[in-house]
Amino acid sequence: MTQNDFLHLMPLLILTFAALIIMLVIAAWRNHKIIYAITAISFVAAFLSLYELQDVQAYAIAPLFVIDGFAVFYIGLILLASLLISMLSYAYFEQREEQKEEYYILLILSSLGACTLVISTHFASLFLGLEVLSVALYTLIAYLRSRERSDEAGIKYLILAAFSSAFLLFGMALVYFSTGTMTFSGIAAAMAGFQELPLLLLTGFGLMIIGIGFKLSVVPFHMWTPDVYEGAPAPVSAFIATVSKGGVLGLLIRFFMEVDGFRYPVLMLIFTIVAIASMFAGNLLALMQQNVKRILAYSSISHLGYLLVAFLAGNQMGVEAVTFYLVAYFITTVGAFGVVAMLSDKERDAELMDDYRGLLWRRPWTATVFTAMLLSLAGIPLTAGFVGKFYILAAGVNTQLWLLVVMLVLNSVIGLYYYIKIIAVMFQQTEAGQEPLQKLRPSILFASVGTLSLLVLLLVGIGVYPTALVSLISSMLETFHPVALR
Amino acid sequence: MILLWMIVLLMAGGLLAWLSKKWHPVLPRWIALFALLTDLALAVWIWLSTPAATLGTSPWLIRLEIPWIPQWGVGFSMALDGLSLLMLMLTFFLGILAVLISWREITTKTGFFHFNLLWVLAGITGVFLTMDLFLFYFFWEVMLIPMYFLIGVWGHANRNYAAYKFFIFTQASGLLMLLSILGLYFIHGSQTGTYTFNYFELLNTPLAPLAARLLMFGFLAAFLVKLPVVPFHSWLPDAHSEAPTAGSVILAGLLLKTGAYGLLRFVLPLFPTAAVEFAPWAMLLGVVGIIYGAILAFSQTDLKRLVAYTSVSHMGFVILGVFAFNEWALQGVVMQMIAHGLSTGALFIIAGFLYERLHTRDIRQMGGFWAKAPKMGVIALVFVMASLGLPGLGNFIAEFLTLVGSWQANNWLTVFATTGLVLATVYSLRIMQKVFYESAPTDRPFPDLNTREMLIAVPMVVMILWLGLYPQPVLDTARPALIKQLEAYTPLPEQQIEVALNVIPVDSNFTKAMVWPSTSNSQKSPLGIGALDKEGGRGMKGRQENMKAYPQNTYPQNTLLTDVNIPLTPFKGGLKTSKGDLKMIRKIKPRP
Repeated sequence: MTQNDFLHLMPLLILTFAALIIMLVIAAWRNHKIIYAITAISFVAAFLSLYELQDVQAYAIAPLFVIDGFAVFYIGLILLASLLISMLSYAYFEQREEQKEEYYILLILSSLGACTLVISTHFASLFLGLEVLSVALYTLIAYLRSRERSDEAGIKYLILAAFSSAFLLFGMALVYFSTGTMTFSGIAAAMAGFQELPLLLLTGFGLMIIGIGFKLSVVPFHMWTPDVYEGAPAPVSAFIATVSKGGVLGLLIRFFMEVDGFRYPVLMLIFTIVAIASMFAGNLLALMQQNVKRILAYSSISHLGYLLVAFLAGNQMGVEAVTFYLVAYFITTVGAFGVVAMLSDKERDAELMDDYRGLLWRRPWTATVFTAMLLSLAGIPLTAGFVGKFYILAAGVNTQLWLLVVMLVLNSVIGLYYYIKIIAVMFQQTEAGQEPLQKLRPSILFASVGTLSLLVLLLVGIGVYPTALVSLISSMLETFHPVALR
Repeated sequence: MILLWMIVLLMAGGLLAWLSKKWHPVLPRWIALFALLTDLALAVWIWLSTPAATLGTSPWLIRLEIPWIPQWGVGFSMALDGLSLLMLMLTFFLGILAVLISWREITTKTGFFHFNLLWVLAGITGVFLTMDLFLFYFFWEVMLIPMYFLIGVWGHANRNYAAYKFFIFTQASGLLMLLSILGLYFIHGSQTGTYTFNYFELLNTPLAPLAARLLMFGFLAAFLVKLPVVPFHSWLPDAHSEAPTAGSVILAGLLLKTGAYGLLRFVLPLFPTAAVEFAPWAMLLGVVGIIYGAILAFSQTDLKRLVAYTSVSHMGFVILGVFAFNEWALQGVVMQMIAHGLSTGALFIIAGFLYERLHTRDIRQMGGFWAKAPKMGVIALVFVMASLGLPGLGNFIAEFLTLVGSWQANNWLTVFATTGLVLATVYSLRIMQKVFYESAPTDRPFPDLNTREMLIAVPMVVMILWLGLYPQPVLDTARPALIKQLEAYTPLPEQQIEVALNVIPVDSNFTKAMVWPSTSNSQKSPLGIGALDKEGGRGMKGRQENMKAYPQNTYPQNTLLTDVNIPLTPFKGGLKTSKGDLKMIRKIKPRP
């Protein structure tokens, strides 16, 4: 590796070292605040190191990685989301008894895995990234061991993720068998030579879709989602919903664009079915839930369905729409789980509808934040979610995916119902007066209230003035080589 | 810039009102009142400073263009013409009343209440002003959420159900409109190369007939639900009756009008061909709405529900008039929008007064208040009479103009629509009878209107009388805007239309002559000029060919007014032109 390679991989290296340093520091001195400070600083440092890469042309570290605008944007997004989640985690874990320091190692490692995914151009680096992400997640999900449901969630995720990894590996093997290479560009070149997809290659793709679909929690690979979201600590749920899915989605876009899977009707058909099924299953099942974390879990399934609509558009606008929506979805989901985390107490997370009854009158500020997040999920104007949904619809209409677009509209309406249900519960009049403000230590106050305020500002800012983000995304995508080719 | 300030003032006022609750409980009310008064003053000032006579050929008084999301061709584009101006004045006027009636009625969470109130009004103001379709959808949605809260938090017993229903109906239909907006955007973009949401640029997009039809239905979905037209009206009675008084006033007075405004502003000019095709069906829906709403209104026992159904009935006239495509009818529609906003708003306010005193909306438990509360009785009488269309009050002018216009378009449907006026008399008088005249079921004390309530009621009476006795300023203000909306339907320059308008004898053989092209709808037409609207173009073309078919002097005068009014008959074989019509057509056949 040359010096240049190191420079380009700087964000990932910083994260790696941060994990090591924290491990050593814990061995010497257990202190939540210090560990947290190291984590935050390393995320910020990794993010700042992207500054050097902002004008990067596609820089390949053959055969494993490529750093281009797309990768830089996604890494930045992942790092920022991780940073915010770590801030929420700090406030969340500070109130709990468990040993909290190791949590940050795992958080950093899984962010590292997600970052690796979005720069991968080879099956080996893909699998490496995916496993780094998953293995850290197994532990994160079951981190609060004394909780009733955390073991269940952890084991469920472990078994299913291991299964899906096996599917993915077998799929890769079949693709390798048919094409003789494991680099994305090599596969693309090999596929260009085929008249139509050989059966084995198709099977390989199918198996890979199972593996990827599991991570994205799209129907029919979504069974684990509600249980894991419910059992995991709220910040971890936020992490699974955002960073883990965002990383995998970035990988999917890169791979699919590179091999130009949009040419093959059968693959398009599979994704169309998956998208429609995810939208419907997610929304309809969410209607029946009484548990806020489960509602958010099902809603995240349906949002992945929305994202696939723009993904299926398969052109530059589609990728831009996916990316934009992903940003909006990250902000919203982190914010929503942040509120859940903020309301949680020592014994359990605030996940029942009763915890939210009359929240507006008890804790007006928290309730306002949550309302904003829910409205954004529902795609109401003045929020980022609206612009994102608009972008996706535009991408769909542009490529005339009428079926998908109409399904999206239909689902938005179904989705409204349960988002409003939560809002209505929060707005119910109760006898309880306004709760006295909790006396929080300034650091916690900053971590939780500050993070949520920042998220709301971002949400409204992007919703009102999306121009900046739109131009940022399109300029970053200029160097995304598969898009530039099309 | 003044247009932007109007909206900003409301939005900022809303935020300030919410925050100011902490300092003093009455402060939100005063802030809201002040913001609305300022806005009203601005609107009236614009109105007074631009007399109708000075309006040139362009109907636009003020325009504002600020780039917003240039990558997508979205601009913060606003414009004000007579139609918008009238709607704005109505908005601010009713807004002030809404603040005043909530002064005593709303006692909990006043800060948040006024926040929502002002933001609904800001959304409505935006809808009436914006000339960018993206922005239009944006404001269209912005007004929903606060309205949802107004119903859901301060409503009556069944408020949650009503709020949900309102929200989901309007949101679903709005999303269909969004799809249409996007479709139009991309069709325009692919044809001209400029991707823009700007209304003025999109106006002349050539559309294939099928595309035009589909896109129009998307827009119609939003507007017909909001209006509401009968099969989509079921959200309205629930929302109206469960909302607090201020909410009902805004719903009936303003939110419904955004639907009518959308029809006028967007559906008519954007899709002339498709609108002409759909017109008979739309008018039929209007007539069904008029009669159905009236019958249901008559059978209600809940006063607010009753008034809500009268809205359904009155809004039937709006759609009837819009799809008549002539200036008479559109003037009637605008008058109806304003007069209905005032009269129905006033009826809801009276229902609110009654509810405050009796804590019920059930008219079976009311009666005999004429003696106890004469002031309230008189005021109620005025608005009940307005609602049934008594000459001298605004609604009469509105319904008369609408019917005159729609008669030129479709005789039979107009006949049925007119029966709606009779039905209106029945249900309106029932309100008076049940609430004020019959013997009192209880002997509770019933205080008459106090000063604050009179302060609310008297301006409304003055306004509705003014509209009924001297509607000319309103008509003058709306006229250039309406002619602009009808541009696609009237191939000749304005002056000649004016002449034509003045010479129409409404009820004569001439009227029949005027509808002659209706029979020339297809190739079978006696005159053999059925190219109309089969072109798939903008209808214009067909009409210009019609013109060519005649030597200049033999072209029947006045046909231009209504020449496309009944190209499709709603029933197979039904509603055909009568033999007399055909005779007339033979008569006017051009001499060789």
